[in-house]
Order: sequence, then C-alpha cells, then structure tokens
Amino acid sequence: MSVFLLLVVIAVLSVAGYVLCRQRALKSVDGNIRRLHSLPGYYGWFGFILASVPALLALALWLIIQPIVIERQLSGFFPAEMVEDPSARTLLFADVRRVAAGLDAAVAQGAMTEDEAEQVRTDAGSVRDRLAAVGVALGAEVTPEVLAAAQEYREMARVGVIGRAILTLILSVAGLVFAIRATGPDFRARNRVEQVVLALLILSSTIAILTTVGIVLSMLTESLRFFTMYPAADFFFNLTWSPNFRGNSELGLIPLLWGTLYISLISMLVSVPIGLFAAIYLAEYASNRVRSVVKPLIEVIAGIPTVVFGLFALVTVGPFLRDYFAQPFGFGNSGSSVMTAGIVIGILNIPFISSLADDIINAVPQSMRDGSLGLGATKSETIKKVVLPAALPGIMGAVLMAASRAIGETMIVTMGAGAAARLDLNPFEAMTTITVKIVSQLTGDTEFNSPETLVAFALGMSLFVITLGLNILALWIVRKYREQYE
Amino acid sequence: MNDMTHKGLGLATQTAKISASGVQVHYGTNHALKDVDVTILDRTVTAFIGPSGCGKSTFLRCLNRMNDTVASCRVSGQILLEGEDIYDRRVDPVQLRAKVGMVFQKPNPFPKSIYDNVAYGPKIHGMTRNKAELDAIVEASLRKAALWGEVKDRLDATGTGLSGGQQQRLCIARAIATSPEVLLMDEPCSALDPIATAQVEELIDELRHQFSVVIVTHSMQQAARVSQKTAFFHLGNLVEFGETGDIFTNPKDPRTEAYITGRIG
Repeated sequence: MSVFLLLVVIAVLSVAGYVLCRQRALKSVDGNIRRLHSLPGYYGWFGFILASVPALLALALWLIIQPIVIERQLSGFFPAEMVEDPSARTLLFADVRRVAAGLDAAVAQGAMTEDEAEQVRTDAGSVRDRLAAVGVALGAEVTPEVLAAAQEYREMARVGVIGRAILTLILSVAGLVFAIRATGPDFRARNRVEQVVLALLILSSTIAILTTVGIVLSMLTESLRFFTMYPAADFFFNLTWSPNFRGNSELGLIPLLWGTLYISLISMLVSVPIGLFAAIYLAEYASNRVRSVVKPLIEVIAGIPTVVFGLFALVTVGPFLRDYFAQPFGFGNSGSSVMTAGIVIGILNIPFISSLADDIINAVPQSMRDGSLGLGATKSETIKKVVLPAALPGIMGAVLMAASRAIGETMIVTMGAGAAARLDLNPFEAMTTITVKIVSQLTGDTEFNSPETLVAFALGMSLFVITLGLNILALWIVRKYREQYE
Repeated sequence: MNDMTHKGLGLATQTAKISASGVQVHYGTNHALKDVDVTILDRTVTAFIGPSGCGKSTFLRCLNRMNDTVASCRVSGQILLEGEDIYDRRVDPVQLRAKVGMVFQKPNPFPKSIYDNVAYGPKIHGMTRNKAELDAIVEASLRKAALWGEVKDRLDATGTGLSGGQQQRLCIARAIATSPEVLLMDEPCSALDPIATAQVEELIDELRHQFSVVIVTHSMQQAARVSQKTAFFHLGNLVEFGETGDIFTNPKDPRTEAYITGRIG
C-alpha cells in the first residue's frame, strides 16, 4: 500500500469519524442540541481528529525510523572498514538504494521476474547491463555485497510497507471507534478539540525554535571541523584573506569583517535618517491623500529584487561616484567601492525603516500628543520629546532589522563593492564582505573536506554571532531607554 | 457682552478673562456648536454641563484652539482672551496654549519620570535659567496639585506608574507648571474613583485663587460643588448661563430644569 493510498484511506476514515460522531451525538439527545455539552460540530471534529492524528503521527514516525533501521541491519553485509567512514557509508547506501530501485523497475517492466530479482547473482551476467536495459543507469559494476544488500533491502522494505499499513490503519480505526464510543451528551468535546488546537499552536512555535537550534548546531559542528584543520587564532586575527585551493591559504576574518561593518555602517547612515524622517513626515504631517499615495510608492522599493539594485549599483551609482567624487578628489579610480554598495543597500532599507517606524509612530496614543500640544508645545517639540521617545523600542527594532539585512546582503555587495578582500579606510576602494566570501568559497566543484570550503561555516557562524550580539545590544538599549505608555 | 460680567451678585470686582460671542463650530457638515456667548471670569470656576454630544467639550477645546488639530473642524465667531481675539491671524496657537492650559478626561502623563512630566512645559518655554529654578517650579507645581507629599521621594519614578488619581493630579501639576492664566479641564474626574475625585475637586477649589478654571463635567453634583458659574449646553446650543446656585435651584429655561431633574440627558 503506497503512502498516498494510506493517506486517502485515513482521510476517508476521518471524514467518516466526523459524520458518525456528529450523528451519534445528535441521536443521543434526540436532536435536542441544547442538551449536548458542545455543539454537534465539535463531536464531529473530535472524531475526525482521533481518526487522523494518531495514525498520521505513527506514519510519519515510521517513515523516519524505517530507513535508519534498515541501514543498521544492512551494515552486516559489508566489511567493517567499508562502513566506518560516514561519507563513504552514505555513498554505499545510496548505491544500495539505487540498485534496489533498479530491480523494482526491472520487475515492473517485465525485464525480470520477481523470483529472478530475488535470486539474481553478479556471476549470472552483468546486473549493470540488465538494469541499464530498463533505464536505470549505474555508475560502476555492481559488487556482490551491494547486490545482496539491495535484495535484502527490497525484502525489508516490502515488510515495512505492510507493517506501516497495518499499524496506521489499526490506529485510525481504533481512534474512530474510541471517539464514537466516547460521544454522548455529557462528553466535553469542545474542551478536547480546543486542547488539540492548543497542542497545534505549541507545536508550531516549537518548530520555529528547533529549526534555529538545528541551523546553529550544524554550523557549529562544521566550524569545529574547520578549526581542527586551521588554527583558530589565525582565522580570527590574521589580517590577510587569500584562499588558495592548492593549500597554504591565509584565511583571516578581519578584512571581511571590516568590509561587512564598513558597508553596513554606510548603509545605516543612509537609511536610518532618511527612513525615519520619511516616517515622521508620513505619520505626523502628511495629509491622508498624500499618505495614501506616498506610502505605497515607498514600499514599492521593498519589492524590487536585490539583484536589480545590484545592477543599479554596478552601472549607475558606481561609475557616478568614481567619476564625480573618487577621481576628482584623488580617492582612487575603482568603479566598485564600499560607498557604492553602502549607499545602494541604504536605499534598499529605506522602505523597511520608514514603513515600520510609520506604523510604530501611529501606534503612540493621540492623548500623548494632545497632552503635549495642550501645554503649548509645537508639533515638532511634541514629536521630538514625546512621540519619538515613546516609539523608541519599536523604532530600534526596525533599525535593527535593517542592520541585519545590511550585514546579510550579498548580491548588492558582489556587484557594487567587488570581491577583493581588503583592509582599508578609503570608502571609494573595493572591499568585500563575509557573505560574498561564503558564496565564493562554496560555489563551483567543491568537497566539504578542505579548510578552504569549511571556512564558509566558520564565517557563517561569525556572522550569526555578530547579528546575535546586535540583537542583545538593541534589547539592552531598549530596556534602558524605554518610555512605555500604558 | 461685558454687561453680562456685572450682572452677577457681588462679582463686580471680578473682570472677564475670556469672552466668547457668536461661536459656531462645524465638524465637516455637522453643526456642532451654534451661536454660543459665554464670559469666563477671572479667578472663578465655571462649569459646563449638559448631556453627551451637546458641544460642551467642543467649546472647551475652542478656548485654547485644540480644535486646530482636528482637520475637519471649522470655528467662527469671536473669542477674546483679555480683549485679544485668539483666532486672530497674529496669535500663535502654541503660545496661546501656554497661557490656557488643559487637563484631559483620561490621565495622560508622558512615559517619562514624574519630574520630567512637570518640567516639560517650563523647559520648552524656557521659563527657567538654571536647574535650581526648575526644581523650584516642579516642587511648587506638585505642591499646588497636592501631590508633592506622595511623590517627593520618587521624582525619578515613571509617571505612568502612579495610580489613576495621582496621574490626574500629576497632569494638573504639569498644566499649572507653565503658569497659565486659564485652566481648562475636560471631565477631569470621569476616570477616577470617589476618593481621587474628592481630592481633585478640593484641588480645583484651591486653584481658583490663582487661575480661572473651566471644567466640563457630567456630574451635576460636581458642578454644584466646585463651580461658581454654570453653563448648560443642549444639542449644540448654550441654553442657560448664570450663577451656579441659580441654575440648580431656580432654572429659567424648561430644558435646564428637565436636565437637572433627570428628565433629559
């Protein structure tokens, strides 16, 4: 029974659960709904949930656990040294699965009988050729171990399919029967259904947290592997970044970190004042008509893909800055520069800051403004001394979001600031950032076993720590200066 | 208009602070206030009473041009503050509001410290030359608002952390810190419990010796307790204006009588 078919059966049982439980509830009180504890629909949903949720959970668990169990069983087919190394082991079992799938395909197309597929040995003609004939291409000749393992794999998978069908169907039917038996006028179906909904809400929030934890852990393990190959002190304190895929690389974080912070700083200098002033104008001064036109227009910027901004940086801003600022004032003649990328990222971030800050300023109660105006303060004094301090925590959040985006921006930097890692104060010089180098270290035909590739994870980890630190700093600032209304 | 000032008994010594004549207010197409004539005397508490939506708050907000902040609002007629038309082009509403302070229905202390709340007005108007003078104003205002004893040890605590009654007295202290000539109060006790209300009413009576106070209230008992003059508004009209005692014991207009005896409103 395929997974799809199982899902269909469970769905049918669940709908049956809804209908049956609802009918039984109505019948138990002779159609007088007021004698029921809950509305009839709740009894129906209770039946639906009991018929579906346990069965689906069991199915999901089975699908996760079965490959692990099979792999462990099959390890016995191979000599210990072949399955010791994790990456070789992964490749080996990929082979086993491919051969097993090939045998399945061969049987399905009639090129082999079922018996043949189970009995065939490597000496009885080339298995590779026979599988190639049915459209399954294998990279190398099939070894006896792999073939035997693949045959065992098919056997176990067949048992697994039957087992999971039986288990889930039993659970589904059992849940259905239990729900029908529980249904009665005194049964608190409404409360039970709400408990399930609560569980769903908790599960959703947990998934978000677990994903983050998972990302951090995977980066952490790879970073640790990097530090076993490359000294941590060099990574953190070396002032040169020159990776060399033949070895002898110098992988210093400092130039990349400097580029990242420099570009982010310039972008924040552009986006924070402009965004904030635009927000103040929109929230406090603009008439409704102006606001309804200007706000969507500003937000259009947010919808432009960053690669388009990159083009803008490459063909417009970069040459403009070079021809009118850098060359006349003797700052060099580089088309791509920190200034270019910083300004363009700043423009990218204006709508983020202005839109968020606008909402936050609007959320400050009118009574605060009235109080200030009633004391003879001007509108501008009111905004400076009452509205903005009250909106500070939210504005801080908006600024921080923009900072994180600036630090994480890749495309605009690649096209606007270039890819040369450099430690320089001149903002009209090409530099590069951590994110750009992560991409360039991982693109192309690479294996994750040299310091030159694994450094990407260490870079990613550093980036994560920086943004985390920024968040903590912002939280601290907000707590210190917060002026909370109501 | 001025003859009205002298009509009252024993009030001949008191001068008119604000005199309004023929005031009309429109909110868009809604005619909210129709042809109102009122004279506010110096050092007197004047109460505006009337059912909800009768225009009494609207009129109050005309007196310091807070209605300017409402886009759809149009005011016509004449309102004189010490003989000067406050809707004249030359008058800066910001400076007017420093002279005519306002306390709102819901306590609205700024989310700042108690000290900063009171010091807000004096600071923006540059009323002090140094910290000591500012301290003195803050203390004097809090004392006048009968709040000094309760907060003198925690002036750095946030104003929003006070109780409702304390918050409203803080707002009053904030309003009188700029030494206004008139204090407008828009239902200042409607969000307060009876004890806090009694404190604020006592305070209003104290303030009468220095300012002229205009209070909008829903409570007729409150109007009778704190005011010397009462104006009754109904459906945007000023129905009756006179001595508080006369309004409550001997109303001339049948609508006033109906309202104070509880038949309309």
